[in-house]
Amino acid sequence: MTPPSASVAPAPPAATAHADPAAAPATSPPGPEPQSAIDREIAALHTAAAHARTAGGPVPAHPGRDFAPYRSTRLRHPVQPLATIEALRDPEAVELAGPVFGGTDVTALDADLTRQHAGEPLGERITVTGRVRDRAGRPVRGQLVEIWQANAAGRYAHRSDRHPAPLDPNFTGVGRCLTDDAGRYTFTTVRPGAYPWRNHHNAWRPAHIHFSLFGTAFTQRLVTQMYFPGDPLFPYDPILASCTDPRARARLVCAYDPELARAEWSLGYRWDIVLDGPAVTWTEEDR
Amino acid sequence: MSASPHEATPHGSTPCREGVPQQPGAVQDQPENPEAPGQLAPTPSQTIGPFYGYALPFPGGGDMAPAGHPDTVTLYGRVVDGAGEPVPDALLEFWQAGPDGSLRGAPGSLRRDPATGAVVGRDGVDFTGFGRVPTGVDGRYVLRTLPATAPASRPDAAPYIAVCVFARGLLHHLFTRIYFPEDAAAHATDPLLSRLPAHRARTLVARADGERRYRFDIRLQAADAGNGAAAGGEECEETVFLEFR
Repeated sequence: MTPPSASVAPAPPAATAHADPAAAPATSPPGPEPQSAIDREIAALHTAAAHARTAGGPVPAHPGRDFAPYRSTRLRHPVQPLATIEALRDPEAVELAGPVFGGTDVTALDADLTRQHAGEPLGERITVTGRVRDRAGRPVRGQLVEIWQANAAGRYAHRSDRHPAPLDPNFTGVGRCLTDDAGRYTFTTVRPGAYPWRNHHNAWRPAHIHFSLFGTAFTQRLVTQMYFPGDPLFPYDPILASCTDPRARARLVCAYDPELARAEWSLGYRWDIVLDGPAVTWTEEDR
Repeated sequence: MSASPHEATPHGSTPCREGVPQQPGAVQDQPENPEAPGQLAPTPSQTIGPFYGYALPFPGGGDMAPAGHPDTVTLYGRVVDGAGEPVPDALLEFWQAGPDGSLRGAPGSLRRDPATGAVVGRDGVDFTGFGRVPTGVDGRYVLRTLPATAPASRPDAAPYIAVCVFARGLLHHLFTRIYFPEDAAAHATDPLLSRLPAHRARTLVARADGERRYRFDIRLQAADAGNGAAAGGEECEETVFLEFR
């Protein structure tokens, strides 16, 4: 039952964490906080959210922007209430329409992150696919899906990422595609690795792929992260924990799907996405 | 030797998964939204993180106006946090009606060279209505675009550019709007501006700063005495952010 004490785990040199300067702003007390402090804060916030749900309060679909265990939220969340725009009362709002993309914006190779260099990237080759729909269940057709991720060793091809895991000369980790007529997207890539960051002492992000999605309206814009089933880092990650409803967290985890695995080639994961936010109802002629 | 990836767990040596399925097995095909029966539950937002910079920005992302267009305006400003410090890792997206008031947009913002795959930028004929600009180390962004136009269906409306803000440390993006000082008369009847107190509405109006040039700063959080910046004053007013229902 007794977890290993802090003194047993060797302290990593400072350079092993991702450079994230504002994660430790000058005004915060010096010295890394232990995971246990973050765990206690998360547990308290989840308990409070569970009580609110039991009491019949609204169940937030998205993280609150003020989620203290993720330290970088401290100075970056608005404290004023947001101004609400009711789509039904303001149907001319520009945000109820949105940008469009087309065949000129992507190339066929963009959806295969394993074929962007001369050689094959290292790692576990995977297919990630799913459907993008709006809240009413309508497929989001012909829209742009963008992904980016760390390589199999847990390192981004970004100059600011100083995690001393190897870069892979055959992997950049950026992909794009347009959804098809059923709202489906498909990427071929390698499974990303977990990596350390500087939110607190010995903090590690569970493996994830970043997703950026456009709907039929700017209001439906979504940037999020997809996680892999069975990751032991889930309970310790303040970013995933920012979704205080366990069902909301579950929506960020893809499912292994043997139907998507290709024999002697790759594993397959399915992740369906539902975009929030109102849109104008376009008729066929409008589009 | 195996170092523990954590120093303690809230539940002893067997971490509780707290509701996150370890192997969902079946795909959740129709997650009902408990808040809105008959609707699907939305996929939650997560922060854009610090490392989107090699993935999402694209060359010419801030050059929305067709090259050399005589009406081009320059919009610039800074994104700052609650301490008044620049936010060097924000990504701003812009969306506006076309010069004819159309809200249909046009593809081609990320137009690609089929031979090399490189982004070659907009073709300068179509106005795509979409721009994307990362902030620099000084928190600054610059956008060159056509003047905002009101939607064709409501030509007397106050024109504005819709903005979506992403950043590390921001778990869910924020929407705001850029209105322009020339349209003060239309602002009086704008459904948003007209119901905001004057000192709040002001945060949504760009400041004229020279010929065809405007400044619009985005403050993510009001300054207060607790976070080191001087409280009070227009410079410290938190930008009005929007929620759509």
